[in-house]
Amino acid sequence: MPIQILMPALSPTMTHGTLTKWIKKEGDDVESGELIAEIETDKATMEIEAVEEGKLVKIIVPEGTENVEVNKVIGLLLEEGEDLSNIKEDDTMDTSKSTSPPLISSENKLIHSPDYNTEHNPKSTTTVRSGKRIIASPLAKRIAVEENIDLSIIKGSGPHGRIIQKDIKDITKISTQSSNKEYPEHNITTKTNLQKDNLQFEAVPHTNMRKTIARRLTESARDIPHFNISVDIQIDAMLDARKRLNANLEEEGKISINDFIIKCISLALSRVPSCNVSFTDEAILFYKQVDISFAVSIDGGLITPIIKDVVNKSFSAIARETKELAKQAKAGKLKPEDYEGGTFTISNMGMFGIKSFNSIINPPQAAILSVGAGQISPIVDNGSISTATIMNVTLAVDHRCIDGATAADFIRELKSIIEEPLQFML
Amino acid sequence: MSDKEFDVLIIGGGPGGYVTAIRGAQLGLNVCVIENQHLGGICLNWGCIPTKSLLRTAEIFHYMNNAKDFGLVTENVGFELERVFERSRNISKKLSEGVAYLLKKNNVTVIDGKAKLAGPRKVLVNNGKKNNSSIYAKHIIIATGSRPNTLPNVLPDKKLIWTYFEALKPDKMPKELIVIGSGAIGIEFASFYNTLGSNVTIIEILPHILSFEDEEISTMAKEQLEKQGIKIFTETEITKVEKSQDLTTTYIKPKNGKTSKIHADRIISAVGVIGNTEDLGLDSVKAKVDGGSIITDEFSATNEPGLYAIGDVAGPPRLAHKAEHEGIVCIEKIAGLSPSPLNKEIIPSCTYSRPQIASVGLTEKAAKKSGKKLKIGRFPFSANGKAIALGEPEGMVKTIFDANSGQLLGAHIIGVESTELIHSFVIAMGLETTEEELIHAIFPHPTLSEISHESVLNAYSRSIHI
Repeated sequence: MPIQILMPALSPTMTHGTLTKWIKKEGDDVESGELIAEIETDKATMEIEAVEEGKLVKIIVPEGTENVEVNKVIGLLLEEGEDLSNIKEDDTMDTSKSTSPPLISSENKLIHSPDYNTEHNPKSTTTVRSGKRIIASPLAKRIAVEENIDLSIIKGSGPHGRIIQKDIKDITKISTQSSNKEYPEHNITTKTNLQKDNLQFEAVPHTNMRKTIARRLTESARDIPHFNISVDIQIDAMLDARKRLNANLEEEGKISINDFIIKCISLALSRVPSCNVSFTDEAILFYKQVDISFAVSIDGGLITPIIKDVVNKSFSAIARETKELAKQAKAGKLKPEDYEGGTFTISNMGMFGIKSFNSIINPPQAAILSVGAGQISPIVDNGSISTATIMNVTLAVDHRCIDGATAADFIRELKSIIEEPLQFML
Repeated sequence: MSDKEFDVLIIGGGPGGYVTAIRGAQLGLNVCVIENQHLGGICLNWGCIPTKSLLRTAEIFHYMNNAKDFGLVTENVGFELERVFERSRNISKKLSEGVAYLLKKNNVTVIDGKAKLAGPRKVLVNNGKKNNSSIYAKHIIIATGSRPNTLPNVLPDKKLIWTYFEALKPDKMPKELIVIGSGAIGIEFASFYNTLGSNVTIIEILPHILSFEDEEISTMAKEQLEKQGIKIFTETEITKVEKSQDLTTTYIKPKNGKTSKIHADRIISAVGVIGNTEDLGLDSVKAKVDGGSIITDEFSATNEPGLYAIGDVAGPPRLAHKAEHEGIVCIEKIAGLSPSPLNKEIIPSCTYSRPQIASVGLTEKAAKKSGKKLKIGRFPFSANGKAIALGEPEGMVKTIFDANSGQLLGAHIIGVESTELIHSFVIAMGLETTEEELIHAIFPHPTLSEISHESVLNAYSRSIHI
């Protein structure tokens, strides 16, 4: 009996991905452990390797296919001694309706499901592809297909959140209206409005990363009541401490300003744990560990790898990790566990000479710190004017779970730690 | 009586009020209903229910008169007028008692008396005794219903010029009867009295009877009623009514014709209903009234916080099932649920005359006006086995689809039991089904419902039996 190669889930939240490349071709022999194909998820590209050996006899999902549902059969392996006559129609059938969770080992190895569900998924007029069941009226589904609208991004207004015709009409109205505006990257683009637009342009289809950025930041900006607080910090003491620490460190362990600030944030968060939180409808989640995401600009977008448990890591350990994660990020090789999670984000644009800026919260987190460039500025000290290196930081928080006084407490602690790094000795 | 306080107080125990009260009790609210006459309201006591009882009598009488068509022998077919109306009154009484039982079972407090708002969240109840009692409630729902509208020159007098009250409890069987107005009420009384032997004349000011129905259906209804002997004048105005001892003379003027006069011993005025907005103390609150209706939002809230209005008093269509659903949406919203607002475009309408007429959604005219490209299906009762077996081959199901999306825009039925057929289309429209789901549904054979199915098939040129 043939072995099904299933679309793996590379993370618990992954529902579909792009099959970017088949490394093996039909007819190739596959050894256990060999790489078979490449898959692109929301944020990373990942190779999948075989756990069984055999011959790749059939590629069912061609390379370049987007939105491949997790657990969909993408190809078939035949074991030694089997031939094509062993393939039944059932083997190529979609198992994504299976109730069992997506089957992929932590080593990202390919596994086939031995008792796959052969439930037939009959022809459907819907474009529903995500694992979550979408409740929509037949009319809404039909119009969505005609207008090329993804139902999974629509909030239904019918009974129990059912998507009805009106919801789709509202969406098409919005996207038609917005098609002539400066920012055409509204996250719902219909064929019709692209055709209507007379402007000359080249349409670059969204990468999965672009779609994810658009979706998550739109949700955040729309749903999270943000407010920002900003403070100037004198960083001469920090620069001095860093210089002295780095003098004794190997190249890969040298501490950047960003690493230093990450460590300072962790201390400030352990003093003000009510800023290390997430808001949910039912409760505020107080995280017991400080995991800091840091924004890395990469080709085609940005990503936020995570330094975990920062409180218990040394400056140089943090420095080594940020370097390694940034390198992996730029190569598109981050694993989902490298960027999924995090309890607080730092975004540093100091290297671009930006003085101060605001960021959009990275949900489900509740706070993000925007770090500007250090600049030598005049200060008034005891009535006389002198100079110091001043860095502006701006904290954006989710007002649903962090109030002004709490945010101010945190920023005061952070300022005090950066201005007097000897506090780490306490 | 000492002051009382409730979560929700409902003024009026008609179909809107009592259904809302029961739903409120189900949701754990402490609910009170104030009713000054009879639980069940007009619908149950002087409207929907007693008329259905009379029309059933008329239907059986019609079958008895035509018994030989079915191979039956009947002799001395006739009726006892008193018994006919007694049955109708008994059914209303029984159901009203049933409502009292249901309210009691759900621990809804029922207070007899007339309620008047005395500022926000407070009403005074007058039950004819010396002291008015005050009742407080966090939310007050006005569900006072409606009463017959009148024409200034045809004022009902309870003797010669009736409204539905007298028509449901007549002193005699009129020999000549004029029905003014051809809405559901007018057509139903015309059908009943005509079947039992009165000579009936319908006078309608608009070009079509049942003017809210699809014109094609309305025309078919007119033809069938005329075939049964009813005289129908459309686009005809009443200029004057003269009354003597037991006779009336009505002067009518057709649109492009000359004035003539018709004699009749009784007149039924059925020119619509108007909301009971008076004497409610609405001036003491911020709620607004316009043209006999209290102005409300999609969840039935008025301008006054904590004050709501549902059913006939909150505007058209003035139908019991609209009142019930409006009330349920209103009280679920009060209880903190997130109900979808009532969709007025898919409220069905039913007329229980012979033939019955039922519809939901847009008429062909309205659908065309919307600018959509249409697909229209028609299927006659005469091509349906069950209808022929029933001896009821007259009628049609008409369905209207948006040619582009396949959306069912409207369904219109005329013929036997059409009021029991319409709900499949109501569900279909509510669920936003397209022609595809309707075509693929399996309708039981042999039933009248197959006519509905065939009508959908016909819209897509796929009818089997025609």
